[in-house]
Amino acid sequence: MTEIDAPGAADSRRPAREHEFTVEQRSQTRLVLRRFARHRAAMASLVVFVLIVLWAFVGPHLWHYSYAKFTPDNSQAPSRKHPFGTDSSGYDAYAQVMRGTQTSLKVAILIALGSTAVGAVWGAVAGFYRGLVDAVMMRVADLVLTLPLFAIALVISSRSGGSWYWIAAVIAGLTWAYVARVVRSTVLSLREKEFVEAARALGASDTRIILRHLLPNALGPIIVNATVLVATGILTETALSFVGFGVQPPDTSLGLLVSQAQTAVDTRPWLFYIPGAFIIAIALTINFIGDGLRDAFDPRQQRVRQ
Amino acid sequence: MTRSEPAAAALPPLAGHGGTSEPVLQVRDLVKHFPVMSRGVVRRRVGDLHAVCGVSFDLFENETLGLVGESGSGKTTVARTVLNLETATSGRVRYRGRDLTALDRRRMRPLRRELQIVFQDPYASLDPRISVHEIVAEPLRIHGRYGPGAKDEVRELLRLVGLNPEHGNRFAHEFSGGQRQRIGIARALALHPKVIVLDEPVSALDVSIQAGVLNLLMDLQSELGLSFLFVAHDLSVMRHVARRVAVMYLGRLVEIAPARELFARPAHPYTQALVSAIPLPDPRKERARTRITVQGDVPSPVRPPSGCRFRTRCPTFARHLTDSERTACVEEVPALVDRGGGNPVACHYARNVTLL
Amino acid sequence: MTTTSHGVRDVPVTDAVLEVDGLTVEFPTEDGTVRAVRGVGYRLDRGESLGIVGESGSGKSVTALAVMGLLPGTARVGGSVRFEGTELLGLSDARLSDLRGSGIAMIFQDPMTSLNPVHTVGHQITETLQRHHPGLNRRTARARAVELLGTVGIPGPERRVDAYPHELSGGMRQRVVIAIAMANDPDVIIADEPTTALDVTVQAQILEALQTARAETGAALVLITHDLGVVAGHTDRVAVMYAGRIVETGSVEDIFYTPRMPYTLGLLGSLPRLDRDEERLTPITGSPPSLLNLPPGCPFAPRCPLRRDTCDDTEPALRPVGPEPHFSACHFAAELADTGAEDVFDTVGADAEALARYADATTPDEPPKDTV
Repeated sequence: MTEIDAPGAADSRRPAREHEFTVEQRSQTRLVLRRFARHRAAMASLVVFVLIVLWAFVGPHLWHYSYAKFTPDNSQAPSRKHPFGTDSSGYDAYAQVMRGTQTSLKVAILIALGSTAVGAVWGAVAGFYRGLVDAVMMRVADLVLTLPLFAIALVISSRSGGSWYWIAAVIAGLTWAYVARVVRSTVLSLREKEFVEAARALGASDTRIILRHLLPNALGPIIVNATVLVATGILTETALSFVGFGVQPPDTSLGLLVSQAQTAVDTRPWLFYIPGAFIIAIALTINFIGDGLRDAFDPRQQRVRQ
Repeated sequence: MTRSEPAAAALPPLAGHGGTSEPVLQVRDLVKHFPVMSRGVVRRRVGDLHAVCGVSFDLFENETLGLVGESGSGKTTVARTVLNLETATSGRVRYRGRDLTALDRRRMRPLRRELQIVFQDPYASLDPRISVHEIVAEPLRIHGRYGPGAKDEVRELLRLVGLNPEHGNRFAHEFSGGQRQRIGIARALALHPKVIVLDEPVSALDVSIQAGVLNLLMDLQSELGLSFLFVAHDLSVMRHVARRVAVMYLGRLVEIAPARELFARPAHPYTQALVSAIPLPDPRKERARTRITVQGDVPSPVRPPSGCRFRTRCPTFARHLTDSERTACVEEVPALVDRGGGNPVACHYARNVTLL
Repeated sequence: MTTTSHGVRDVPVTDAVLEVDGLTVEFPTEDGTVRAVRGVGYRLDRGESLGIVGESGSGKSVTALAVMGLLPGTARVGGSVRFEGTELLGLSDARLSDLRGSGIAMIFQDPMTSLNPVHTVGHQITETLQRHHPGLNRRTARARAVELLGTVGIPGPERRVDAYPHELSGGMRQRVVIAIAMANDPDVIIADEPTTALDVTVQAQILEALQTARAETGAALVLITHDLGVVAGHTDRVAVMYAGRIVETGSVEDIFYTPRMPYTLGLLGSLPRLDRDEERLTPITGSPPSLLNLPPGCPFAPRCPLRRDTCDDTEPALRPVGPEPHFSACHFAAELADTGAEDVFDTVGADAEALARYADATTPDEPPKDTV
């Protein structure tokens, strides 16, 4: 790549052939992906997580039992016919865990998306305007953070009839403030960058500056936070369902499955430990993925790993 | 302070500031203070940082006016206040019959098409997340000019500044420092502005790269009849590009003169010290030079010296003045007027000295 | 000693205080090995001053750090660095820091890299003095510290001796660093861009202080800078670095008046001058090469208007051109006698056709839409 490229390159005195000297430049995204790919735990977690997602969403279409249908077999240990066994009512645990994982994932992802969207805009606006706007908006966010998440979620969702999107909305409504705080601090430093002033000198509106310049540049922290929220979402949903205020039967979730099986821990342990293992697997893989993303987005990590 | 009347009447011309035509941009008594806050939980305003104090100059059509000074001189603040990127504490900036300091953001917006800026840091001034095409197209989009022909317009702009138009889909970080500065220039040119403020446009670049950008800027200025307000700390660059040069020290203009005259026969002791401090890339000349050196560092702009702000470091004040002559330096702010040397200079005891 | 990479032979060893020979520095990175320094050699005689100039990434600072043994552990250093006949490469850290304490002093661009923020400047100077002269009592050491601060031009040294680095301006700090360097009574001072962060009026003061320091201690000086003007006034000899190598070296007069390497020529031609009118600058097109996977041939060839096929195949060695200390690494150095930058380089600016089209497209004065 030369300082002055095509124009004038036809000049006969200019070197006719150019060495390709510079290293092939990579886009920011490719750099991040490459650094992520080198994070072994994160890569392995990503593979496991994707497999779980595929299994939970595609599996039910291929499996010969439905989660809502009784089978003639009651309380059976895992077998070839029922890999995860059956419960006392004759439900196929394999189908139920699939369905439960699906519901839990849907809830968690909706929580992550909802609270990220709200929190990112909230934080960006507060950080961009600073002053009074910032003070008021962040006090509201602080207030939300002081609310006992679990108690509130309990109260609201108990009146909501247990549909998964309603539960997700409630939890998202109580977690967006975390995102807002992270995005605000990022935007506070970004707004001092010259490219923001450049946009202002061009006459760009505040909305344009926030949406076009600030948020895209805060994408790293936003994505990292979203993964953490997925894990939080899974666990909160599990807890709510466990105490009976989450997803209601006949639908099911991982939390509900564990809750229903707690009396059977000794007699039919597969009913309890298998959904439990899924909860742990999902939370753990997401956390590793988050770790990997954080390292990948953080340029200071560039040369640490050998 | 007459901030309330936006349609400022034509301002009287500044005596001895050169130029025959009507000025494009008139800056009068521009003042910019920044509050200095105390530390701790309760932050109170404990003072003011006097960044710019009563700066006046005219920028004429088709000329490059250089604004030179060391760090803390307030030159960058002048550049930003002139464009209304910082709100002036007082004073007027008149462009096309309107006082820019009285305009809010909405009313400033249509004027942004004609008043553009190129920033110092080619790394920080381009958004790393959008393509070069989008960076150059942004002014067109903002001002509703991104029509069907805009793609070609952007390619044409890239070609104009010496970049390969095929590289529009790349990102800023894929370019070298000089190329990025060219992208910044293309962005500033997109709306066909009349005035461009260049805030240290080449100081982050290596000399071999800097020369190319300077050549480009000079071509653009002369061929398109643009008016440049060129802010820099490098006097050699200034002498090369500017027709007239204004020297700033601690928030005030101390001397303004055509470039050649300023460097050949500076009248203000500060200008003399500046010119004399620049090392010449010519061993024999450099060794044969006599130097006028100044003592110490620039005082704090929070508590600037009374009277002439340069007196604390001034070699003339220290060595050549009697006590009674010094009284004027301590008590009276020297006005920026012609004191017989042909050009305005803000020193009670200005004397043209040949240094080069 | 017979031949060094810069071709000097049969010089009495006694005069040389610092000899660098075939110095290479490599940094392993994710993308491969960066060859930051590729065979740099120079010798510095007692009391002599050598300027090393180059643009960012030319390897000039890395060379200095390698000489001082201050590179990070991941760097692979090869070649030889001899201080008064003692080989420094491979020396233990303890021996090296002994040497840094007395023989070689280093001044960095940022004075805070050498100053300890939690001690007064006086403490830091006396500490250095006492390390050098263990018998020195405290009062004498302090008096000497005040004297040193005065020598480097710090006003009110009796007061400033008790100041902490953060209480001083950038220029003052750099003077303190010079005072500390002098305290060692070194034989060599290596100054790496000592004035780059400073304003010109302060730069002039610091360069003066540096001259004073040299005059007092008789130290030889290696001055590393990107500013050709600084080199012109303060050094006897100059080495121009490009892509990790010295591409031309000679007396200041050789380099500034009769350069024999297209890069040097271009560098001088691209410099706006305070002391004369130049119509056009002659920029060097393109950018310096990446030092990762550098292809064979002359690294300047892609930017060189004189490039021929040979240039892509073999990298030219430093060969004598003209009188003794003048060496150039160009296959065609002989052709460059009596050539100016404008004879070799284009004075490219804006693309003429695009400029004409842009001018046509500029709408004639339309009054700004009045939104008031």
